[in-house]
Formats: sequence, structure tokens, C-alpha cells
Amino acid sequence: MAKYAFYPGCSLETGGIEYGMSSHAVAEALGIEFLEVPDWNCCGASSAHMTDHLLSLALPARVLALAETLPVNEMVAPCAACHQRFAAVEYELQNEDLRRKVNSLLERPYTGKVRLRSYLDVFANPATLEEIRKKVKRSLKGLKVACYYGCLFVKPPKLVNFVDDPENPQAMDNIMRVLGAEPLPWPYKTECCGASLGMTREDACTKLCNDILKIAKDSGADCIVAACPLCQQNLDMRQITVEKKYGTQYRMPIPFFTQLIGLALGLDPKVLGFKKLFVDPVMVLRKVGAA
Amino acid sequence: MSEFNLSQALETNRSFVDKVIAESGQDIRQCYQCAKCSGGCPGTFAMDYLPNQIMRMLMLGMKEEVLKSQTIWVCMACNTCTTRCIRDIDVARVMDTLRQEAVKHGYTEKGRLVLIFNDVFLGTVRSYGRLFEAGLLMMNNMRTGNLMKDMQFGLPMMLKGKAKPFPHRIKGRKEIRKIFEETRRREGK
Ligand code: SF4
Ligand code: SF4
Ligand code: SF4
Repeated sequence: MAKYAFYPGCSLETGGIEYGMSSHAVAEALGIEFLEVPDWNCCGASSAHMTDHLLSLALPARVLALAETLPVNEMVAPCAACHQRFAAVEYELQNEDLRRKVNSLLERPYTGKVRLRSYLDVFANPATLEEIRKKVKRSLKGLKVACYYGCLFVKPPKLVNFVDDPENPQAMDNIMRVLGAEPLPWPYKTECCGASLGMTREDACTKLCNDILKIAKDSGADCIVAACPLCQQNLDMRQITVEKKYGTQYRMPIPFFTQLIGLALGLDPKVLGFKKLFVDPVMVLRKVGAA
Repeated sequence: MSEFNLSQALETNRSFVDKVIAESGQDIRQCYQCAKCSGGCPGTFAMDYLPNQIMRMLMLGMKEEVLKSQTIWVCMACNTCTTRCIRDIDVARVMDTLRQEAVKHGYTEKGRLVLIFNDVFLGTVRSYGRLFEAGLLMMNNMRTGNLMKDMQFGLPMMLKGKAKPFPHRIKGRKEIRKIFEETRRREGK
């Protein structure tokens, strides 16, 4: 049984609560064990690395050091922004001087014993894909999905150390294929949705969201599948603002990939948090016979 | 643009260029000006200079122009430029360094909203160990003077069980406070 340290990150308990719900339900169904990192803190996200380099390393390093107290070899962070911060620690703290500097700020030193694993790869690796294939009870046949990776899960490749194409990633597409859905080729898989400008330059953020929603719609997508709670919330909740500003009507559901896995495994949409989505996913559920 | 004495600027600002190179760990002198970074940048429509122009201006020692630019505050740290740079320069990291340098040199006007947001965000992390979203929204609005911003999202968030009215306080708050205080001290702030 695969076992990982699990770092929820702040948004899995708030804005991205359905990501957490579906993650746990799906893991249980697949026999994957997630052990929550004890007393974890916020990774500092982009606010930390925009402010102070050392701070941006020390905050996630404390988390990785705590993960080392668990009986695991690997840690996952479902939030792409968090994932990237941990990847930065792994990459940069190979430098002995920097590691010593960061460790002098921590109560428990970071040793690098627990390695970061991409959350997408937890499900997209061949063994788990096979496991999912065996357990599909409700095929997502007929569902056209635009897989949206956002900017940080696969970029920059040197840092995130995840074997996938940073311009045209396939991990989520492969998962969707196994579920029976049809992942569309579309050009905005890793375009930035501007979530980090949501509070400071709403105009710019709204434009970037509109671009993504429009291209997905034009590509014939029934929904955009998300893998990051920040992008998901941005594209889901902000759709009201986008539609008002651009006079459009996308009504595009933005489920998490874990919600769609759960659906295919035959789990109850309620357990998977489908009711938490802002744009009603009923069309998606109906199409696969789950509503 | 007014007249600009290039060689003089180069001389007086050379130390600044060296500083950016040292702080970011990126040798911007390697830049070929191929503009691939700008070609893929999703933020250019709201920038005053393109990312490759910022790199060129840095090399020319145009310190003030770079630090006063809108570009460094529009950059979303999406890493597209870094991923595509043919010279293996981490352009996004350079942008981080420039934001920090702008603060150190007092060029904060164009970055006001970003700086308030980061400050309030990190303020909640410093106090509780985790981000407190509702508090972030409220405090951010108070400090920017835009009291109603994003309020239309508040109630729906609440109804979906997505907004917590109280922060979660982690046990290791003392350790977190130490991290904040020490990093600030080392930066000499
Ligand atoms: S990126 Fe966001 S949600 Fe993820 S831990 Fe960091 S602050 Fe919290
Ligand atoms: S990191 Fe900044 S400069 Fe680079 S592509 Fe993204 S928005 Fe543009
Ligand atoms: S992509 Fe790299 S080499 Fe090309 S202009 Fe941008 S920074 Fe310079």
C-alpha cells in the first residue's frame, strides 16, 4: 500500500475544501494512505518569496522537517503553489551553506530524508492508473474535459522535478482517459489564471480567467478539470465577475481531478464535495449518469 | 523619454547590477535578448516594459527605471519565462529580487497594493502559523481603503462552508515567530 505524508495547505480546509474531501475519499477507495504532517504551517506561498528569500525557504523547510517524523519516504502537497515552494526547498537546500542557514532557524533540522512527490503523479503513475482502471464502476464516457494544470505544477521543470512536459503535460489527461473521459487537446493547459493578482489587480486577473474559460469553451469542453485549489477557486468563483465584465455565459463547471476519479469509482457525489462547487456541475453529473 | 547618459549610468549603477546578480543567483549578463520570456509572459498586456526589456535595462544599469516599473508588480511569478529561457536564466527569480530591491530603495508606490497584500498575508501566518483567509480579506480591505472589495464572495463562501470565521493556531507559533524575526534581522530590516 502506498503511503505518503500529506500536506493539505491552508486552502484545502477553506476555499478548496472539496479537493480535500475528494482526495481522502479517493485515496481510501484506492488503498492509498495519507498521513497528515503534524502541526504543519503555511508554506508562505508567493507572498513569502516576493518578500524574503530566506523566509520563503524556512517556512516550507519546517514542514518537510516535520514530515520526517512520519514513517514515510515521500510527501505530497495537493496545492500547486505549495508544491512549488517545497520543490524550491529541495532544490536550493542541496547547497550546504544555505541548508545550515535555514536549519539554524528551525527547531528540528531538515535533512532531506522525505522526498517531495508530485500529487498528480500519485494517481498518474502506471501502477495506480492500472488500479483505477480495475476499479472504474461508472465510466465518464462522453465527457469532454479540458485538463488545466495551471502554471506551477509543471513549471519550472528544473525545480518541480516532475517528469511531464511543461508545455503540454499529460498526467491528468492520462488519468481522464482511464476514467473513460475524453481529454481535449487545447492550448491553455498551463497558462496562468492570475490568481495571485486577484486581490491587487482584479482587472488583469479577470482577463486571464476569461481567456482560459473562452478557449476551453471554444474547444468544446464540458468542464475544466483543476489540480490546484487556487486556480480552481479563481476560475470557479470569479466566473460571475468574468461573465458580467465580458458579457459571456460560460457556466463552466470546474471540478478537481480527484472529484472525477471519485465519480468514476462510483462514489457518492456528496462525499466528493460536488455541492461545494460554485458553478453547478449538474450537467457533468447528468452526462455520466450520476445525477 | 528625456536624454539619458548611458555610460554614466553604467558606471554609477554597476554595483546595483552586481547586487541583483548576487541576490538572485542569476547571471543576467548571459541574456541574449531573444525575447522568448516576453513572448510567453501572460502579464505583458498590463506591463510598461516587457520582461526582456527589464533584463536589458538591468544590463545597462537603468536602476531607477527598472525599480520604478509597473512590470515588477504585475509579474505573477508564473515561471513561464524561467521555463522557456534559452540561457537558463531564472527570470521569475530576478523579478522577486527586483521587488525586494524596490522596497529597499523606497520605490513602493506602484507596488502599494501588492505590498499591503503580502504584508497582511504574512502577518496572519506570523501570528497563527497558517493563513487566516477571512482576516486577510478584512485587513487587506481596511488597509487599502477599499472596504467592499470581494465582499460579494464572502456570503457564498460562508454558505459553502469555505470560510472560517476564526484562525487555526498551530502549536509551533513560537518557532514561526522566530523564523520571521530572524529572517528580518538578517536582512537588516
Ligand atoms: S500556497 Fe496557499 S494554501 Fe498552499 S499553504 Fe501555501 S498559503 Fe497556504
Ligand atoms: S513569471 Fe512574471 S515575468 Fe515571468 S512569465 Fe510569469 S508573469 Fe511574466
Ligand atoms: S528568454 Fe532568457 S535569454 Fe531570452 S530575452 Fe528572456 S531572459 Fe534573455
